[in-house]
Amino acid sequence: MKNLFLIAYLDLKESLRAKWFVVYSLVFGGLIALFFIAGVTESQVMGFSGLSRLLLMYIQVTIVILPIFILITTVRSISGDRDNHILEYMLSFPISLRQYYWGKIIGRFITVYIPVIFAMIIAVLYGAFKGAQIPWSIFFLYTGLLFALSSAFLGIAFFISSFVKSSEIALGLAFFVWIFLLAFIDIALISLMMQQRFDEQLIIFIAMANPMEIFRVAAISLFDPELTVMGPVAFYILDSMSQSVFVALSIGYPLTLGLLFAYLGFKIFEKKDLV
Amino acid sequence: MIKVSNLTKKFGSHISLDNVTCEFHKNESIALMGANGAGKTTLIRSILGYYHPNNGEVLIDGKNPIKERVEVLKNISFVPQLPPPIKLSLDELIQYISISANVDKDLISHYADEMQLDIKANLSKSFFKLSGGMKQKMLIAISLAKKSDIIIYDEPTANLDPKARDDFYRLLKQNENEKVLLFVTHRLEEVKDLVNRQIYMDLGKVVSDEIV
Repeated sequence: MKNLFLIAYLDLKESLRAKWFVVYSLVFGGLIALFFIAGVTESQVMGFSGLSRLLLMYIQVTIVILPIFILITTVRSISGDRDNHILEYMLSFPISLRQYYWGKIIGRFITVYIPVIFAMIIAVLYGAFKGAQIPWSIFFLYTGLLFALSSAFLGIAFFISSFVKSSEIALGLAFFVWIFLLAFIDIALISLMMQQRFDEQLIIFIAMANPMEIFRVAAISLFDPELTVMGPVAFYILDSMSQSVFVALSIGYPLTLGLLFAYLGFKIFEKKDLV
Repeated sequence: MIKVSNLTKKFGSHISLDNVTCEFHKNESIALMGANGAGKTTLIRSILGYYHPNNGEVLIDGKNPIKERVEVLKNISFVPQLPPPIKLSLDELIQYISISANVDKDLISHYADEMQLDIKANLSKSFFKLSGGMKQKMLIAISLAKKSDIIIYDEPTANLDPKARDDFYRLLKQNENEKVLLFVTHRLEEVKDLVNRQIYMDLGKVVSDEIV
């Protein structure tokens, strides 16, 4: 276990010093600051107001940029180390592949999760300071959703990283995954499929299989399920499933998906030539 | 100590190691030579357990370096041809090595001093920001401090000035007893006094194996 935590700790330290981490933290911290400066908490649109509105806006932006940030910054972790011969040296010490791989994942998870959750905590603290009512149910739901979404894309990124031959290909693949999943959000491709009268079950299945879609629907599920901003699939899902079941699914499914991809990545890492 | 039996490793259609069989024993210092692409680095990486062979096997003290990598690597020190661009600071790198391989930090400092590398002044610096020679000295200091039974050097003196090379060979002389010392080199004259066996490889095969 000591080696697992050693790898996680060193990866975390290395990441915290990296320029991408500074940009990453500034983007999420900056978003919150921007929302406050723009007076989002004072405005009221379609029934959302105060901190609820701010958190909802934050989560709507996060759903687009968090996956691509995680994919791009993580997808090179193994393939990049393999590319520039860091693996060749670091793995010449008596560390099991399991400890190395999962240690890297733990370190990287902490790195990508902390800024997004920290930005939200800052928002809540600042909101409380300004005397706004804190929507705890939304805060805890988003904490869980962000955890699950980060897990899903971290797992996918490590999976890609384990089998690609170069970091350029890894980056290209990561971008493709992001665009592909984004296109399946129901306001885009799914709507088109409905227009073309595709089978209803197929559309729902595709939507439910997409962690970004699940995240998006869950993020607004605590609000009025008849809101038009939700899109047709979200409306259908919330109409056919109880809210608590769907919230559990929206956290459990991406988490499982992430773990599954990470595990598959590990099996490939274990079976392939290391350098 | 190291037993390579009928080892074949292919990359696509290219055969990098072609049915190689050889053994390395205690108190042997071996110069592994051959043209570029002869299979020297592939052989070393197979010994380190990095490659899954297409055929044959490598055993180190009877253990498979892929299946029992932790046990096997406890006894191997390795210095690659080019120091990798590790972003950890020297302090973090030493921490990684001392915890994972149970290497005494003071011993690393001792060998670094012997190699004329001032570790203390560079502890917070990233490893990749050191000069080529400093990086190589650091890796050599680590390899000696690890006190392994098997030491593998892949062109270790490429970045070293003549004085540093002398220091390196002097330290190796002091540490070669009861060990297997495996050099990949193109400059036999440099290691001539150190080695007692010369192996030439070509096109993935051992073409000559002499005791000297």
